[in-house]
Amino acid sequence: MRWASGWFQSRNRTIYTLLIIGALLYPSLMDIVTGGEGNHWIGTAAFAGVFVLLAIGLNTVVGFAGLLDLGYAAFFAIGAYTYGMFASGQLLASPLHHEFHIPFWVMLLVGVFVAACFGIILGAPTLRLRGDYLAIVTLGFGEIVPRLVQYLGAGSPIGNWTGGVNGIAAIDPPKLPIILTGPWFGLGTPFGVVKNFDFFNPLAYPLDFYWLMAILIVVCIVLATNLQNSRIGRAWMAVREDEVAAAASGVNTVAIKLTAFAIGASFAGFAGAFYGAQLSLVSSDNFEFIVSVTILIMVVLGGMGNIPGVIVGALLIYTTQYVVLTNLPDWTTSLATAVGLTGLNQAHGDWVGLHDEVQRLNYLIFGVILVAVMVLRPQGLFPSRVREQELEKGTEEQAVFDLRAEET
Amino acid sequence: MSAAPTGKTPSSPADGIVLQLDQVTKRFGGLTAVDNVSFQIRRGEIFALIGPNGAGKTTLFNTVTGMYKTTSGTIVFQGKDITGLKPYRVAGLGIARTFQQIRLFSYMSALDNIKVGEHHRMRARLWDSLFKTPRARREEREVEAKAMELLKFVGIEDQAYNYARNLPYGHQRRLEIARALATNPSLLLLDEPAAGANPQEKRQLMELVERVRGQGITILLIEHDMKVVMGISDRILVLDYGERIAEGKPQEVRTNPRVIEAYLGKSA
Repeated sequence: MRWASGWFQSRNRTIYTLLIIGALLYPSLMDIVTGGEGNHWIGTAAFAGVFVLLAIGLNTVVGFAGLLDLGYAAFFAIGAYTYGMFASGQLLASPLHHEFHIPFWVMLLVGVFVAACFGIILGAPTLRLRGDYLAIVTLGFGEIVPRLVQYLGAGSPIGNWTGGVNGIAAIDPPKLPIILTGPWFGLGTPFGVVKNFDFFNPLAYPLDFYWLMAILIVVCIVLATNLQNSRIGRAWMAVREDEVAAAASGVNTVAIKLTAFAIGASFAGFAGAFYGAQLSLVSSDNFEFIVSVTILIMVVLGGMGNIPGVIVGALLIYTTQYVVLTNLPDWTTSLATAVGLTGLNQAHGDWVGLHDEVQRLNYLIFGVILVAVMVLRPQGLFPSRVREQELEKGTEEQAVFDLRAEET
Repeated sequence: MSAAPTGKTPSSPADGIVLQLDQVTKRFGGLTAVDNVSFQIRRGEIFALIGPNGAGKTTLFNTVTGMYKTTSGTIVFQGKDITGLKPYRVAGLGIARTFQQIRLFSYMSALDNIKVGEHHRMRARLWDSLFKTPRARREEREVEAKAMELLKFVGIEDQAYNYARNLPYGHQRRLEIARALATNPSLLLLDEPAAGANPQEKRQLMELVERVRGQGITILLIEHDMKVVMGISDRILVLDYGERIAEGKPQEVRTNPRVIEAYLGKSA
């Protein structure tokens, strides 16, 4: 068993090593592959990083503490809107008649704090519920927040706070008083010092966001891993395994579940603030139910309870959904042209043309991929030791044991 | 006495009464599972609770540990009224328990199972856990050493890194006792610790119970095996249909006609 745990740890170490190497080489690689036009892909990777943060956060709730949260995107929205409202001209239109431009670095922590508070507000009355009931309440919360954000726009009885359906635009980018430039902002960039650095500075954009995201992810991995191996992480797992026994062993189960909820929410708040800053726009469309589901899929498919597994899950799902499936219609169209089937690309009769047809099938293709992965690897790609045992051996072992007991 | 649940009760740590139940009743709808039961347990004794199936023994355990709310009556532990407290508070005050159907954290190592028992005594805050402060590290080391010690005490130290669910049945029973001991209790409630064990395992388990008592921990035991109960207990309380029908030393209980009737039926 010590051997098994050693193997498990070394597998995780391998994943981390590959991820670090990948993250370091990715920008130059993308530049080379696209012939100096890698910026788009680097920016995309920074957005993927947002989902990595979200997956790490949801993993503490679902994977560690075993609480099913179907409205996680709400906390993401809360983080993003907190930043958006206090780092743009938005609140000039509100009854406050004053715009705030609080620095990103402060708002990052404020976003964490506000999201954690909402986690507690949602958790306090609902964490007495178990399993399915909790899932339904979180589902409702995930629906309420985007609705509320849409409603609190222009024309709402209490004033325009969120910009309503238009969202908040022209959000401040992160700024630094001074920064060192060099090849890390693209191979040709000369060494130098830039004062009053703005993250949209063409000299460094989007690599500055990319590196910032990488640093944030590393910080979050360290914190989440520390938590997992601490007194609190152990109590989370105990509650997940057997709530009654945990309480009888002196664990305040309600408080510990609330901690899981608040911590999970604060990761989302963190991710939300970054997201608002990089996109420089927040809109309620970006926080719909599908986002909650996508994050949950990342966690489950990557390997619930295992942080490196969840990260890989997030990267793969993000790539599939926002890169492969988004471009699939164009790719198939060019493929059809290349092989001389241009006729397929035109619409005639009931046929809407290959491009639109593939676009229609997007979610079907996504669904088939998910089903295939879960059938082939129900425990996730890189599961925690727990899930591995549960799903590979669990029921069979018990059945055999029972049979033998009957015989004797 | 039950009329003044918050008043000063005669039991305090000084006079050697660890647990005192006063006219405790637990009803589930129309069913009275525990009916007006009173008894006292003295410090350092092994006190057994016996009775036919459905007599209300486990219900009484659940009432004492706060899993059920009492319908009426008071429970006083070491001079403190614990009636209606939440299970984790009761555990924190020093009452630990095991379960009739073993309830371990299946997918946690034996060592981690025990560490959970130490959770409420640990002082590391969220901040310490997040940043692995020296204080948290030191505490983790202490807790780990203590947990190893407990594993040795119950004799399964070679199982430390195995998942609880992969342990043989007898070891799971021992692990559950070790986890209960990790909460540092003054009173340990054991719900049929020897159920499903063979005679040799039963002997070993009872020897373990004796050793636990040797550490100064008072024991309240539910057990069906009369040989085991008679051999180990200082005093025995017999329940039937939720009512207390006898209490006394093993010899007295064994010859009590009401007890014989409850176990064998009237005609016997």
